[in-house]
Amino acid sequence: MVKDLSIELCGIKLANPVVPASGTFGFGLELADSFNLNILGGISLKGTTLEPRYGNPTPRVAECHDGMINSVGLQNPGIDALVSQKVPALRKVYDGCIIANISGFSIDEYRTCCAKADACEGIDIIEVNISCPNVHNGGMAFGTSPDAAADVTRAVKSVCKNKPVFIKLSPNVTDIVAIARACEDAGADGLTLVNTFLGMRIDIKQRKPVIANTMGGYSGRAVFPVALRMVYQVAHACKIPVMGCGGVASAEDVIEMMMAGATAVQVGAENLRNPFACPEIIEALPDKLEDLNIESIKDIIKVV
Amino acid sequence: MKKQSYTIAENRLVATKTYKLVLEGEGLVDGEFVNLEIPGFYLRRPISVCDAEEGRITLYYKTVGKGTAFLADLPEGSKIGVLTGLGRGFDADACKEEALLVAGGLGAAPLYLLAKKLKAQGKKVNVVLGFNKADEIVLVDEYKALCDSFELATLDGSAGIKGFVTDAISAMKPNYDFFYTCGPMVMMRAVCGALEGSGEASLEERMGCGAGFCYCCSIHTAAGTKRVCKDGPVFKKEDIIW
Ligand SMILES: Cc1cc2nc3c(=O)[nH]c(=O)nc-3n(C[C@H](O)[C@H](O)[C@H](O)COP(=O)(O)OP(=O)(O)OC[C@H]3O[C@@H](n4cnc5c(N)ncnc54)[C@H](O)[C@@H]3O)c2cc1C
Ligand SMILES: Cc1cc2nc3c(=O)[nH]c(=O)nc-3n(C[C@H](O)[C@H](O)[C@H](O)COP(=O)(O)O)c2cc1C
Ligand code: FES
Repeated sequence: MVKDLSIELCGIKLANPVVPASGTFGFGLELADSFNLNILGGISLKGTTLEPRYGNPTPRVAECHDGMINSVGLQNPGIDALVSQKVPALRKVYDGCIIANISGFSIDEYRTCCAKADACEGIDIIEVNISCPNVHNGGMAFGTSPDAAADVTRAVKSVCKNKPVFIKLSPNVTDIVAIARACEDAGADGLTLVNTFLGMRIDIKQRKPVIANTMGGYSGRAVFPVALRMVYQVAHACKIPVMGCGGVASAEDVIEMMMAGATAVQVGAENLRNPFACPEIIEALPDKLEDLNIESIKDIIKVV
Repeated sequence: MKKQSYTIAENRLVATKTYKLVLEGEGLVDGEFVNLEIPGFYLRRPISVCDAEEGRITLYYKTVGKGTAFLADLPEGSKIGVLTGLGRGFDADACKEEALLVAGGLGAAPLYLLAKKLKAQGKKVNVVLGFNKADEIVLVDEYKALCDSFELATLDGSAGIKGFVTDAISAMKPNYDFFYTCGPMVMMRAVCGALEGSGEASLEERMGCGAGFCYCCSIHTAAGTKRVCKDGPVFKKEDIIW
C-alpha cells in the first residue's frame, strides 16, 4: 500500500520527515556518491560560522555505550563559502529541503550569518544553533538562558525576511520549556531539539580524558528517551513546529518522536555508525506504518 | 563507499596479540581500509586492507582494546558488517623504478597490498620491516616471496638486526626513487626525517564515520586541513606536520 510520508514545515513540503542532523552529514555532497540524496526529506548542513574554523584538536571522538562523544568544534569553511560554494554544489544534485545550520560567538555574528543565509537561494530553512557544547563562550551560552535565547532569536528574525528560522535548543538546561517558550515569544518559526549532552570519558590507562578538549557532546541511541521527553514537553507547550532529534536510529524511533510532537525527525550520530541509516529508515517507514494502520504519517504528529 | 556483509573465513592468532582475518563476500574491494561493525560496539573499527582479491579481503589486527578483543572471539563462519571503499591509499605511480617500503609492526599489512601493485607494475621493491620482538613478526614469508630485497629489525634483537627500522635501512643501503612508510607515528616521523627524497606515510587518527563526512579526524597539514579517513590516511611526507 502506498503510504503518504510527506510532512510540512512552515509551508515547506518535505517528501518524508527524515533529515540527517547537522554535523553528521557534512555539507551533503560528501555522501552523494554513496546513495541518491533525493531520498531524504531534508538535509541539515554542518554548523557554519562567520569565519572559517579548523575546530578543536584531535581526538575529537570518544566511543560510549550506545553512543559517542564528539568535539568537532564547528570546523567549517565560513558562511561566505557555504552560500557561494557548498549550497550551490549540493543544489546541483539535491532537490529537497536544505537547512543551513548557523553558529556564532556573538549576537552580531548570528545576525550577519543568518542574513547571508537568508539571501541564499538554495537554502530553505535556517537553523540557529544556540546549543553547541564544543566551543568556548559561544554556542551553548546563548542556549542556556531564556533571555539570551530570546535575544538571539529576535536578532536573527530581524534579518531573516525570506526563510523560516528554527532555533536549535540545548538539553543541558534545567527547564527546556522556558527556553523554548522564550524563543517562540521572540518570533522563532520553529524549534529543533535536542543538541548533544555535555559529556566526558577518561582513558583509565593513561589517566587523561579521551577527548583532547576534555569534554564534548554526548549523543546517539542512549539519549533517545531523554530527547523524546524534551520533544514531548516542548511540543505540548509551544505552537510552532518541532524537529525532534536525539538518538533516533530506526523507523520506530521516527514514529515515536512524531507521536511525541515532532513534525520532522533528525538523525545524528547513527549516520556515523551507519552512513546508510537515513535511507534505510525511510525505506522501512511504509511497512511500519502499515503494521500500525497509519495512512499518512502527518496524522501521528503529537497524538500522544 | 559500500556497506557489505562478509563471512569470516579465517580469524586466527598468528603472532602475539595479532590476528589474521580473512573475509569472504562479493566483489573486489578497493580503498585503503575497511570499517568493521563489531557487535555491541557503537563505532566501527578501521582496519587496513592487507590483500584484496575477488570476493576476499585479508586483514591483520592487534587486540589492543575491547573492540578488537571481541573481534578475536568471533568464530569462523559468522557474518560481519563491513564498510568498504574507504580512504586514499599509497600512490604506486609516484615511484618510477625502485621503491623502499618501511613498516613498523602491523604497518606491514597495508604496505603488502602496495608491494603487490608495485611488482605488478614491474618495479623493484625493497622492504624493511620492524617489530618489537620476534614473537610479533608477521608477513615476512609473504614479503620475501615478493620483494627484491628484504631486511628485518627487532628492537630487542630477537630476530634480524637489533634496533630500529632506521638502523636496518642504514645496513641495507637501498636504492629507491620513492619511499612508503606505515607504522607508529614516532617511527614514521623518524623514517621521514632520515630518508632523502620524496615519500608517503599512512597516518592514524580516531575516527567517527571513517567516510569523510563527520570531520572528527581532521588534521593540519602543509596543504591545509585534511580528513585522515578521506583525504588520507596516506599523505605526502612534505605535507605532514608531525
Ligand atoms: C586508517 C586506519 C587503519 C588501521 N589499520 C589497522 C590495522 O590494519 N590493524 C590494526 O590492528 N589496527 C589498525 N588500526 C587501528 C585500529 O583501528 C585500532 O587498533 C582499533 O580501532 C582499536 O579498537 P579497540 O576497540 O580494540 O580499542 P579501544 O581503545 O577500546 O577503542 C576505543 C575507540 O578508540 C578507537 N581507537 C583506538 N585505537 C585507535 C587507533 N590506533 N587508531 C584509530 N582509532 C583507534 C576505536 O576505533 C574505538 O572507537 C587502524 C586505524 C586507522 C585509523
Ligand atoms: C559529529 C557531530 C557533529 C555535530 N555538529 C553539529 C553542528 O555543527 N551543529 C549542530 O547544531 N549540531 C551538531 N551536532 C548535534 C547533532 O546535530 C544532534 O543534535 C545531536 O547529535 C543529537 O542527535 P543524535 O543523538 O541523533 O546524534 C553534531 C553531532 C555530532 C555527533
Ligand atoms: S572520521 Fe568522519 S570525516 Fe573522517
